Amino acid sequence: MATTDIHLHQDVHHHDDHEEHEHHEGNFWTTYIFSQDHKIIAKQFLITGIFWALLGGTLSVIFRLQLGFPDMNLDWLKPVLGGWITPEGKLDPEFYLALVTMHGTIMVFFVLTAGLSGTFSNFLIPLQIGARDMASGFMNMLSYWFFFISSVIMFVSLFLETGPAGGGWTVYPPLSALPQAIKGSGLGMTLWLVAMAFFIASSLLGSINYITTVINMRTKGMSFTRMPLTIWAFFFTAIIGVLSFPVLFAAALLLIFDRSFGTSFYLSDIYIGGEALAHDGGSPILFQHLFWFLGHPEVYIVLLPALGLSSEIIATNSRKPIFGYKAMIGSMLFIAILSFIVWAHHMFVTGMNPFLGSIFMLLTLIIAVPSAVKIFNYVTTLWKGNIHFTPGMLFSIGLVSFFLTGGITGIFLGNSAIDIQLHDTYFVVAHFHLVMGSASFFGMMAGVYHWFPKMFGRMMNPTLGYIHFWLTFVGVYMVFFPMHYIGIAGFPRRYYSWTNFETFNGFTDLNMLVSIAAILTLASQFIFLFNFFYSMFRGRLAPINPWDSTTLEWTTPRNPGHGNWVGEIPSVYRWPYDYSKPGAKEDYIPQHIPYSETPESNLPHENDLIKLESSNGSGAIVVEGDKH
Amino acid sequence: MTSLIIILGVVLVLGILYMIFRVSNLVAIAKGGVVDEKSSTANKVNAALFIVFLVGSLILFFWYSITRFHEYTLPIASEHGKVTDKLFWITMWVTVAAFVIISIIMFVFIYQYQYKVGRKAKYFPDNHYLELAWTIIPAIVLAVLIFTGLRAWNDITGPASKDAEVIELVAQQFAWTARYPGVKDKALGKVNYKLIDNFGNEFGLDLTDKQSFDDFKSLELHLPVDQEILLKIRAKDVLHSVFLPHFRVKMDAVPGMPTQFKFKATKTTQEMRDETGNPNFNYELACTEICGRGHFSMKMPVVVEEQEAYDKWKASQEAWLKQNPDYLKKVPDALKEAAMIKAGMQKDPGVTVAEVKQ
Repeated sequence: MATTDIHLHQDVHHHDDHEEHEHHEGNFWTTYIFSQDHKIIAKQFLITGIFWALLGGTLSVIFRLQLGFPDMNLDWLKPVLGGWITPEGKLDPEFYLALVTMHGTIMVFFVLTAGLSGTFSNFLIPLQIGARDMASGFMNMLSYWFFFISSVIMFVSLFLETGPAGGGWTVYPPLSALPQAIKGSGLGMTLWLVAMAFFIASSLLGSINYITTVINMRTKGMSFTRMPLTIWAFFFTAIIGVLSFPVLFAAALLLIFDRSFGTSFYLSDIYIGGEALAHDGGSPILFQHLFWFLGHPEVYIVLLPALGLSSEIIATNSRKPIFGYKAMIGSMLFIAILSFIVWAHHMFVTGMNPFLGSIFMLLTLIIAVPSAVKIFNYVTTLWKGNIHFTPGMLFSIGLVSFFLTGGITGIFLGNSAIDIQLHDTYFVVAHFHLVMGSASFFGMMAGVYHWFPKMFGRMMNPTLGYIHFWLTFVGVYMVFFPMHYIGIAGFPRRYYSWTNFETFNGFTDLNMLVSIAAILTLASQFIFLFNFFYSMFRGRLAPINPWDSTTLEWTTPRNPGHGNWVGEIPSVYRWPYDYSKPGAKEDYIPQHIPYSETPESNLPHENDLIKLESSNGSGAIVVEGDKH
Repeated sequence: MTSLIIILGVVLVLGILYMIFRVSNLVAIAKGGVVDEKSSTANKVNAALFIVFLVGSLILFFWYSITRFHEYTLPIASEHGKVTDKLFWITMWVTVAAFVIISIIMFVFIYQYQYKVGRKAKYFPDNHYLELAWTIIPAIVLAVLIFTGLRAWNDITGPASKDAEVIELVAQQFAWTARYPGVKDKALGKVNYKLIDNFGNEFGLDLTDKQSFDDFKSLELHLPVDQEILLKIRAKDVLHSVFLPHFRVKMDAVPGMPTQFKFKATKTTQEMRDETGNPNFNYELACTEICGRGHFSMKMPVVVEEQEAYDKWKASQEAWLKQNPDYLKKVPDALKEAAMIKAGMQKDPGVTVAEVKQ
């Protein structure tokens, strides 16, 4: 391949990378702790995410004990929970609310945003677009350490005497603004807000990096229309994050002002604890608007990366191109745009102007169309495939199933007239746990199983993977499907117990089933944990390309060093989904194989591209090189 | 002691599991390592399990949904509830149909197209007609659902008629209080949160307003049947939400921003007792917005009665001012006598109610 000045420059740069790399080697602190290597940072996010997922899951099991076995004596939890277990051996009702709040916060932000996006955007963007690292390794490192600080603060809040924040993960004021209203709104809420401020900073640093990297650092030939759907998904996710997280920051900042400096952004006409507060003219509804302006896009921040990962895994393991590549990108784009203009469907019965409700209902139900397109495209991708059930594939199929089951209940909730009855009942709990919680969690699991060989150079044990999948898949359905019935029966969420109401005193059997299933599902995650840590050190050595995949990350060495590729970064000549192409020798053609080497399988228009490939040496490089 | 045995048992079981795992690993290696994983039995088992899962879960789903129908559906006791429930069930039919069809197709594909040696997958990257079809069909179905929903929503949230029975619900941690306009002027008096105190004025009644004199308080929500009711909702401290499950009513109570909900109850408590065959049936009001420690216990009993019984009940209630006579001193001197008459603390000395009003 001919070289140009710019190419030379690239080489020099690349040489620098290596020097740096060698220099770093051996120093534990710079290699593993304050690393600027995107792969290490991804693993840091992953491990922290796993820690939080376990904690979040454990919290949910504790409150499920209360809901499923209301008469159970919980004295045996005293060594851990101390004073939060009442002398009668019951969970303290206020601590119950704190558990629910922290479970939501941890799962939504720390696991499914940082743990999912942070891990796979970091790991896959440079590897799949053919870059040596992120645009700014330093910012990337900061992104993780801000997340770490945020994690520490949130973790510390669990141990406060007054408990962590307890006003629900949506922290609606005035409850979250007034320590008189609930103990958790004291120091616990302050730490929650501080932690979220750090978290937002972390998320923004990460997102800006992802966007910059995707736009500027693609390798030769990696045009936007040749990017794997994972990258498209991370790209849209990062854009949504950059546009919506600052609004949450604003909401949190105003809440801090109201709490600590006596302003009245959200507070008005309040009489509590025997006195009328001086706050006047604020509106709690304003907070809800600001919160959900992030909160709804957040759903897609959580979901899109999972959908991207599963698109890639389903195509690879069906040995088929993903059906409707452009339609998939289009639907993600459409979802990303719409995600900003549907937020008030969380607020149909908050007293918001009903006309606004009509508008948001219209927009909300429109978003079901691109979501439906995605499901149909997944199903068509499976059609006439040659499916290999790797654990990653199983979890991706599970994702599609949850996305379908949880997605259709969104059509009920998006309809404001029906939402009157269902709002804040267990129907909502079932809906979002399936469509965003479990679907994204399965996307994350699929990603871990699929890219583990690239992360650690070893294979995970597939049998344990199958067992983990089936227990979790059935377990998740057993936990969340019964909640639909409980919700249709009107059971409100965030209730410590239902025995005060005649209307809600049934379904003790179903609640018990849900709790048992939750415990078993959590327990089966330990199979994964064992497999994960065992395989990291003792797993079978991974082949270079274990899944016969087409994307660039599988062209790197088994354990890629800092810089990812030894020597030149491969160029890209084709889209990422040339699976089972008619005429081809193998059932996959990697992206870095030029059309000139595969005359037997080229489509007519691809033969025309061969000429461009040979001129790549001069033309294309200058264009690509200029961007660096 | 028992816990020690349990711990030992758990350790033992985990140890055995680990040994099994190690042995099976070694056996696999001894057998010659990994052969072609794709054509292994594991692939076939996984494919078959998806079919087992599909059939099993669909049977469970339909069996439970049909046999337990009356356990998870609440009887409807309001006019708009019939409309929203009908919408709910129409949506249910549409979505369940879509759900079942797509699930079956997906899991059958998964089984049918599992890996087979020598077969090559079909290279099928695109088909505009298919994609158009499944963009347009959901769009049309959704459009229909949206427009029926919109119409219902506009009716429910539209303005209440002038002769609707107005009742105020006040939420606070962790109780509901109702305030009825008295029988004399049928209008709620003004309130101001700064007038709320711990000694009795829990509503923050403004006693300079004549209309507040005959307002009365109730800890039970009494509603007339077949008469439009307009709930005026407010909160004193944090967010709460009025939820009347049988009436399909839900609306947040927001401090600083009064909200409202209009509806018409269609069945009295007695009628509902007859219908459900439960002689102890009672309507209830629950809180559905997290509000603190006692959120789960924030209940108010609801009684729906015939208009006559309702009027009688109302007439039998004492005005708030009569129950809290100390507050007479807050009434401007010029209005004191009128207040005492209106609150029923003093016999009407021959003046008609209409004159007091002016």
